[in-house]
Amino acid sequence: MTVTTTPVVRTPPQGLLHELGVVATVIQREMIRFVYDVGRAVATLFQSVIWLLVIGAGVGSLLPGLPEGADLKTAVFPGIIAMTVILSAMFSASSIVWDREWGFVRIMLVAPVSRTSIVVGKVLAGSLLATGQGAVLIALSGLVGVPYDPAMIAQMLGVMLLTAFSVASFGVAVAARIKTLDSFLGIAQLVIMPMVFLSGALFPVGQLTGWFAAVTVFNPIAYAVDPMRQIVFGYVDAPAEVAERLNPGVSWNGWEVPVALELLMVGVAGVAFLLIAVARIRKVE
Amino acid sequence: MNPNGTAAISVRGLTKHYDDVEAVRGIDFDVAPGEVFGFLGPNGAGKSTTISMLCTLTAPTAGTARIHGCDVVTQGSAVRRNIGVVFQDSTIDRYLTGEQNLRFQASLYGMSKQEGARRIKDLLDLVGLWERRSSLTDTYSGGMKRRLEIARGLLHSPRVLFLDEPTVGLDPQTRKAIWNYLRELREAEDITVFMTTHYMEEAEHCDRIAIMDHGVVIALDTPAALKAGVGEDRIRIHTGDSETVVAALRKRFGIEAEVHDDVVTFSVPDGEVFIPQLFADGGLPIDSVHMARPSLDDVFIKRTGFSLRDAEPPGRPAGDARLRAMGRR
Repeated sequence: MTVTTTPVVRTPPQGLLHELGVVATVIQREMIRFVYDVGRAVATLFQSVIWLLVIGAGVGSLLPGLPEGADLKTAVFPGIIAMTVILSAMFSASSIVWDREWGFVRIMLVAPVSRTSIVVGKVLAGSLLATGQGAVLIALSGLVGVPYDPAMIAQMLGVMLLTAFSVASFGVAVAARIKTLDSFLGIAQLVIMPMVFLSGALFPVGQLTGWFAAVTVFNPIAYAVDPMRQIVFGYVDAPAEVAERLNPGVSWNGWEVPVALELLMVGVAGVAFLLIAVARIRKVE
Repeated sequence: MNPNGTAAISVRGLTKHYDDVEAVRGIDFDVAPGEVFGFLGPNGAGKSTTISMLCTLTAPTAGTARIHGCDVVTQGSAVRRNIGVVFQDSTIDRYLTGEQNLRFQASLYGMSKQEGARRIKDLLDLVGLWERRSSLTDTYSGGMKRRLEIARGLLHSPRVLFLDEPTVGLDPQTRKAIWNYLRELREAEDITVFMTTHYMEEAEHCDRIAIMDHGVVIALDTPAALKAGVGEDRIRIHTGDSETVVAALRKRFGIEAEVHDDVVTFSVPDGEVFIPQLFADGGLPIDSVHMARPSLDDVFIKRTGFSLRDAEPPGRPAGDARLRAMGRR
């Protein structure tokens, strides 16, 4: 075959615009991958619905002395959303391990782009996908007696995105040095599941006492779950007694932590994890 | 060829230690612009580690390496702009089509849409994948994936193309085809090629070769000069009358030949020139003449005492310098 002489391209000077283009490209690629992997997302969603039914209906009926008009499903609903978002955000980071296994990360590392752009692209893609899955669950609000209020949905989306950002950053920071997919999934399971269970996502933990309550206070996920529950309860007509019981908030030594501070902590943690992820991927190989 | 006196690749005392394993032990070499330069050596000799340092993926323990004057440690970003890399293991994104893989690459290198599209078309044509551009790379054969990777490595017109074992695991036809592409490329693009291989036959295609073993460059020259340095061409003559032939050889050329079952063997410095002389006066009762040139393996054997084939650890994954270095201690 003959070779046509192709005009030689020289890479233009690098700049912020180029880096933003790289972020967009990485996001776009993750989205394409997601389409091929949509089965996993569907499975996660089904799992969430099952949790909602089992915990909400099943466990709810076993709880003695639940006040009249209280539905555990309502209380658990924001927690299930949080769990779904957290799990999908964490597992979205597995793509970086997958890429390492397939060597694709190296293609990005030998390109004249900043490592930060690659990490930011990965994290944002994971955040958007996880938030999208949470949004599908919000569509089920009617089933658990939560009204479809645009303001509530908007607030939920915001908190979900912030939570997903933090968890995805954490996930990429962990994944940056892990060589095989199996060990990443193992570590993710080990770290995330107990934290989700002890966060109040699946049952209100505010009234717990002793070591259990102490653990909750130090559980970062609790500060992502609580704002979501506060938002939902703000739009549900529940007797004060019920709201108190099912939506107790998180307290430090009797002082109830305001939602704004909780969100601030989640955001700061996310930025910190992002920086760690960038530093770790820089030293890779 | 080299107007401003800058080497395409310039390496001085380059060293890499992993914990207590010395993968690369202080190597020096220069590659001129436009050259096809080969690194030949058994798996685990330190070839991949060297490429990894030249591509800014691994930080050297000591020494320096420059690509067109840019230091791989302190000017990594400038180096990355000037190089294209084809890794030993496949780095194709199997979730994407061939064309999407290249488009992703184009945006990593900040190419504009039109520029990228034009270049993608040219390169897919070059490697014969334009017809399959919309297929998922999962459906490509091993050879097609390799060709796509070479296209991707060239997309941004790098000044230096690194190929780490570009033909490993491919069938002979595909290997040959890839070599043809590489040769044509050199005509079409103003590019320097740095490649590693553990196939001696392939190293023959290079302008110059560095032979590497145990993290050290043990020989560096053109393939012809390397082979000339180890010995002479072996000539084997089948004849029905060995005595006449042996006598004629002794008388006319002063050569003492060995005889075995009517087969006469001896060595000469330059067989291609010698054979016509053999027939110049005619009359010798020769049935056939066979000439064997020294191979690069002979070069390797002379320097290390091992054949390149024996130095190959069987069943070990390619490029695992650390394992090999530990196993050899």
